[in-house]
Amino acid sequence: MAVKVISEECIGCGTCVDACPFDAIDMIDDKAVINDKCTACGTCIEACPVDAIIKEEGEKKGVDINQYKGVWVFAEQRAGELLNVSIELLGEGKKIAEQIGTDLTAVLLGKDVDNLAETLIKYGADNVLYGDSELLEVYTTDGYTKVICDLIEERKPEILLIGATNIGRDLGPRISSRVHTGLTADCTRLEVDLENRRLMQTRPAFGGNLMATIICPNHRPQMATVRPGVMEKAKYDENRTGNIEKFNPNLKEEDIRAKVVETVKAKKAVVKLEEANIIVSGGRGLGDAEGFKLIEELAEKLDGVVGASRATVDAGWIDQSHQVGQTGKTVRPTVYIACGISGAIQHLAGMQDSDLIIAINKDKDAPIFKVADYGIVGDVYEVIPELINGLDNIDEIMAQLN
Amino acid sequence: MEFKLTKEQEMIRDVMREFAQNEVEPIAAEIDETGRFPSETVEKMARYNMLGIPFPVEYGGAGGNEIDYAIAIEELSKVCGTTGVICSAHTSLGCWPIFRYGTEEQKQKYLIPLAKGEKLGAFGLTEPNAGTDAAGQQTVAVLDGDNYILNGTKIFITNGGQADVYIIFAMTDKSKGTRGISAFIVDKDAPGFSIGKLEDKMGIRGSSTTELIFRDCKIPKENLLGAEGKGFGIAMSTLDGGRIGIAAQALGIAQGALDETIQYVKEREQFGRPIAKFQGLQWMIADMATDIEAARFLVYRAAYNKANGLPYNKEAAMAKLFAANTAMDVTTKCVQLHGGYGYTKDYPVERMMRDAKITEIYEGTSQVQQMVIAANLLR
Amino acid sequence: MNIIVCIKQVPDTNEVKIDPVKGTLIREGVPSIINPDDKNALEEALRIKDENEDVKVTVLSMGPPQAEVALVEAIAMGADEAILLSDRAFAGSDTWATSTALAAGIKAIGDYDIIFCGRQAIDGDTAQVGPQIAEHLNIPQITYVEELKLENGKVRAKRALEDGYFVIESECPVLITAIKELNEPRYPSIRGIYKGFNGDNIKVLSAKDVNADMDNIGLDGSPTQVNKSFTPPGRGGESEILEGSPKDVARELIVRLKEEKVI
Repeated sequence: MAVKVISEECIGCGTCVDACPFDAIDMIDDKAVINDKCTACGTCIEACPVDAIIKEEGEKKGVDINQYKGVWVFAEQRAGELLNVSIELLGEGKKIAEQIGTDLTAVLLGKDVDNLAETLIKYGADNVLYGDSELLEVYTTDGYTKVICDLIEERKPEILLIGATNIGRDLGPRISSRVHTGLTADCTRLEVDLENRRLMQTRPAFGGNLMATIICPNHRPQMATVRPGVMEKAKYDENRTGNIEKFNPNLKEEDIRAKVVETVKAKKAVVKLEEANIIVSGGRGLGDAEGFKLIEELAEKLDGVVGASRATVDAGWIDQSHQVGQTGKTVRPTVYIACGISGAIQHLAGMQDSDLIIAINKDKDAPIFKVADYGIVGDVYEVIPELINGLDNIDEIMAQLN
Repeated sequence: MEFKLTKEQEMIRDVMREFAQNEVEPIAAEIDETGRFPSETVEKMARYNMLGIPFPVEYGGAGGNEIDYAIAIEELSKVCGTTGVICSAHTSLGCWPIFRYGTEEQKQKYLIPLAKGEKLGAFGLTEPNAGTDAAGQQTVAVLDGDNYILNGTKIFITNGGQADVYIIFAMTDKSKGTRGISAFIVDKDAPGFSIGKLEDKMGIRGSSTTELIFRDCKIPKENLLGAEGKGFGIAMSTLDGGRIGIAAQALGIAQGALDETIQYVKEREQFGRPIAKFQGLQWMIADMATDIEAARFLVYRAAYNKANGLPYNKEAAMAKLFAANTAMDVTTKCVQLHGGYGYTKDYPVERMMRDAKITEIYEGTSQVQQMVIAANLLR
Repeated sequence: MNIIVCIKQVPDTNEVKIDPVKGTLIREGVPSIINPDDKNALEEALRIKDENEDVKVTVLSMGPPQAEVALVEAIAMGADEAILLSDRAFAGSDTWATSTALAAGIKAIGDYDIIFCGRQAIDGDTAQVGPQIAEHLNIPQITYVEELKLENGKVRAKRALEDGYFVIESECPVLITAIKELNEPRYPSIRGIYKGFNGDNIKVLSAKDVNADMDNIGLDGSPTQVNKSFTPPGRGGESEILEGSPKDVARELIVRLKEEKVI
């Protein structure tokens, strides 16, 4: 499938040249000409004011997609606990399965995690494929890839969703290349094109500056890794029932080449940013590392967690585990308070879906104010102490209103 | 006539800029405050051949040319005048005389480790009574069997006390005036050689500027650089080239100050708007930028001439004269544009202004440069 | 020992901005750089070369002709040789097609003990190419490596997890993907820059030269396609700026938060 300019229609305005994110269009003799750098993203097609650019269908390759049915979700567990992203995947997977009119299956690998299989049903899985083996107790690329690929060959699911965790991003591409299918990384939105029975996978690229919607038209399963903390979690229903299929995977010790010899939990206190309801975040506007003391105070008062912009982490003011943004964590807390953060797009990428965004910044033109629900133009060192003070006297304040 | 950098030069510029930003800038204020010599930076520069840029690979250098070298000095000086001069003095004054005038043995023994940055170089010409009047050398060197014995004092020597190798000028024949001056290569641990006073300076404070004391200092006669009596010529031609390095340093200081200031005036608001909106200040910035561009062309033209075997004596002097003057003028105005904040150590411009001053003085004062230019024109 | 490092030339996405009026990417003046994670990968290979006898580091990249300068930089950092896979046939590749091409390039290079890749590129952000190459070559992979040791022909790696790490061991050949915590990349040396531009260390190869599987490269060989691209929409909705003294705005905010039942 290629993108072509219909030369006769082209008026040489150059709009497409400006719009192209890949520098793939040249103006030659007043006509637009597409060069090698084209990735068929289609941005130029939308930009062209006279519709002189079209997409051409290419050869059909791949598999008979009608043979593939069912939405599968990889239910990642570590040390016997389901990750939150697995539950988010079930929530999203259920919506997709219902739209298509098919089953939702969770794939669970591990050792002695029968209870998790039950839990997955309660969270909405119609089926659970549960591979129980000593060799699967801890994640290994070879072990998990082999078992899941065997299942895919056998059962032919049309969609497989994996959480974009450190492990998911190791597993996903290994599976997708073994079964020769398409994989879209780090999706933030999934939709269904019913007409073609296709998954529309939207994800950020260019450091979050561009969103792309990807399709996998001719190969199956359509695979996507999904960013944790973005999709809504499935609802727990105690009374739900389903089908748990426990099996003994066809796996030998020699199949696993890169072996895990030790698992170590980080010594530093883990900041569960993705699970926080309230995040108080500090940026370069704090001026120095000392400013985080104030942030911590406010966070504690609100029973929240401390976040940070990339600039502060790069400056060494705070540990990377607190970083929110395109290269940090994505969060959707109920409240996000951005203190001294300008609101660069890479930061917004990590927090703009928060329910309520509050910004405190000296610069009234800071981009953060465009996404904030409430903005305070002021010095964080004056406003935050007042907030802390106010929170201590909250009853008094509310009483004064009446 | 082409005003483009080669692709090598573009990459060299980008690498030097990144190095300057990440390795030099973060400690620039601290070494200025404490007067600490940044040995760690010197070590890092050595690793990347930055201390031997214009020398051939077989002599330990990077295989580059004078233009590459000027680019490097400019980028370093944008963030730290001290680091710029450490590199410049070492390269132009410490290494170059050996490259140009040394025997093969001397090049093998000294130039290679110097160009590799394993050793640091320095140049000792100035004396308490011989500054601009460099010919008035009072340090003496007497041949005694297999050695020369040196007696005398040098002052204001850049990299003094930190260098391993010193190019020292001394009188071997008082009766012959300037034709009685000879050049010597002196190792730091030569017996009778000691480091005297460490100067407490207005600017380039991280640069180690010291007195050198020679008391019956014994150096092997193989360490005579060039022939006896040719020292003054060696010193003058060395300074011709060193001028290009200092001109690049001055250019870098000016550019660095202007970059900081442009950032500042866009952010600082008075009377409800950024001060960059005020026409009076815009004019100041326009004039400064134009002067810097003019300096830039003078510096790189001089470097180009030297790199291509063309005469550069007058061109280097013009470059240093103009660039140094520009650096002083620009940095002073940059402090002014920062207002009160510019006078404090919170902002780097006051350091840049203090650093700029020396460029009008060392390696030939601006008045000397004028003399050189005039001499060239009025021959 | 033979080490191959896969690198990509990318636009510096930290410098990319969006035109607020047109909603398009402004790429003018955005410098092209070696992808940061790939620099960590290359640095690790160079460290192994520094610390061991007889190590050859070859750098491989797939890209348009202008990507050659990235390979020059890699040579300037210390790599021995570099290969650029450049061919119209590779245009429009997704990660499957890219990994197919790179795997063909690696096979054309010959023997290897370790393949280094960066974890992910800052333009694509997928982190898929490394593992896919490993699968094409049928070798084990260790991704997200933050520390690496070589012991008797085996590698021992600390593999980062969100809350800790695995210690993983593997025989060679193995593919490693590097993250920024792995090391501090060196600068290119000045001598190296001259070597990179003027030495004979860089080869440009076509798809045919490396026997690439023509059905599985480029746009037509890509299982995934871009359906559309767009710049992310602004948040929309009205923003309310609270005014007053710090004490007043603090109070006002607290009242709002209480009323919205968030505190």
